[in-house]
Amino acid sequence: MDLKTNFIGLKMQNPTVLASGILGTNSALMKRVFEEGGAGAVTMKSIGPEERNGHENPSVIELEHGLLNAVGLPSPGFQNMEEEWKELEKINFPLIASIYGANIEQFAAVAKNVALHKPDAIEANISCPNTKEHGQIFGTSEEASQAIISAVKKEIGKIPLIAKLTPQASNIAAIAAGCEKAGADAICAINTVAGMCIDIDARKPILHNKFGGLSGPAIKPVGIKCVYQIFESVKIPILGMGGISNGKDAIEYIQAGATAVGIGSGVFYHGIEVFKKACEEMEHWMKENNVKSLKEIRGIAHG
Amino acid sequence: MTEKPTMTTIKKIVQETPSIKTYYLDFAIDAKPGQFAMAWLPGLDEKPFTLTAAGKECAITVQCKGKFTEAMFRLKEGNKIGIRGSYGNGFSFDKIKKACIVAGGCGAAPILLLAEEMKAKGIETPIILGAKTSNECLFKERLEKTTKELYITTDDGSLGEKGYATNALEKLIAKEKFDGVFGCGPEPMMKAVFEICKKAGVECQLNLERYMRCGFGVCGACALGKWLVCKDGPVFSEKQLKETKEFGKRAMLKSGKSVSTKEFAEWRQE
Repeated sequence: MDLKTNFIGLKMQNPTVLASGILGTNSALMKRVFEEGGAGAVTMKSIGPEERNGHENPSVIELEHGLLNAVGLPSPGFQNMEEEWKELEKINFPLIASIYGANIEQFAAVAKNVALHKPDAIEANISCPNTKEHGQIFGTSEEASQAIISAVKKEIGKIPLIAKLTPQASNIAAIAAGCEKAGADAICAINTVAGMCIDIDARKPILHNKFGGLSGPAIKPVGIKCVYQIFESVKIPILGMGGISNGKDAIEYIQAGATAVGIGSGVFYHGIEVFKKACEEMEHWMKENNVKSLKEIRGIAHG
Repeated sequence: MTEKPTMTTIKKIVQETPSIKTYYLDFAIDAKPGQFAMAWLPGLDEKPFTLTAAGKECAITVQCKGKFTEAMFRLKEGNKIGIRGSYGNGFSFDKIKKACIVAGGCGAAPILLLAEEMKAKGIETPIILGAKTSNECLFKERLEKTTKELYITTDDGSLGEKGYATNALEKLIAKEKFDGVFGCGPEPMMKAVFEICKKAGVECQLNLERYMRCGFGVCGACALGKWLVCKDGPVFSEKQLKETKEFGKRAMLKSGKSVSTKEFAEWRQE
């Protein structure tokens, strides 16, 4: 049985990837996710064009079938990350840098700086649902998505580019195809699903930002559907995510067409070791079903 | 139950010192000494507080120092706040026979339950309580009931010995043999306790603080090197602290920007 995965040139020991926004705040913690957690690759917390505090708390809460968050893209800003990059130069695991901006110029500026530090891939977060000025506005428009992706691509040379998409788009498959045309090397889907929770005793929204992004088991069917549709509209590989917390969830995404699988909220349910556990469960499933490599089942639910 | 706040009635408010109040809440919570809860003031913010009572009811102890805690101080008995928890690891003292506790300022808050539980288990525990001045000695009367040896130090000498709690610890550790030191207080003090224990070859468990968001080990906002203060901590062993370069040196602001612990402490005072 072989879980080894080559995803846009990243040589991963397994297909699991730490999703952006979870635990990716410093190099020592990311190293722990790789070494103790068993992730195949790790995505950093999204890096922005300037220092930003994000939203007040509550910014992350648990609901019945998932997490609802409006952390709001806090970032030291690319200008304040030199020390962190020095540490990240010493690491030996596949690293994906996530970036965001409020417009094309900001995306380009962040991309240019981040590319200097040569992460294994760059993920353009054109789909954060939690700030007015960033993200989703791009990811719901084919034209805006393409403009951002081609501007970022221009700045980062040979570093592979991943476009992270939102399920809020009315036609995510068309957006993905547009990103491919604009130079994306892979698609990451899905970001969180917009949601809200009101405390009926307080008579107020719980999240300070009122609205947030839903993740976790509740959104898995949404993610599966998006990945399935994207698989039919692009040739580039897909990093599938949304509600993966065990090996069977990961297998389901791979059958929908994913090459690699992201885990975020799964850390809440099973701790940092969720990656290792999911891999063991995948191996167990493969053994029981006489599947030797994930290639055999990639996209097998189609046609 | 899911990890979202529950609106809970404040049953009783006790003024502990001029700047510190304890809020007793009608909320059942299981917690070990050192574990904490997140308190939510709807529309304002949510922040972590160590639990100073647990069981059928719980309590948090709050020092008035910023916008959130000022709003807490305006609340009256019968008002409601949101609460979720408990979170974190708490102190572990299963194998301890003779320990020493050292607390500075509002660091006495997580120490209170610890001292009371250790007393109940018959573990002998001298306590060193440090404060800026006599009327800010938090939980002095209640701690007195848990130990035969309560050493008080104040910065201005208005009560007990003039000086720092760490000076008292150094003297005590030279004279008596402990198999554990438990501490909570400002980070420079915790770093000093760590060094004193290292020199004396005594294991320690220190309760630390970072800016926190989720409280349950997901977002990474409270990272102390490879550790999450909300989940791996807030109580850390000297072994864990040896593995971080950040302890006593660096902390992350709300943005995730890494700054000196001095700058972090100044920001927290705002």
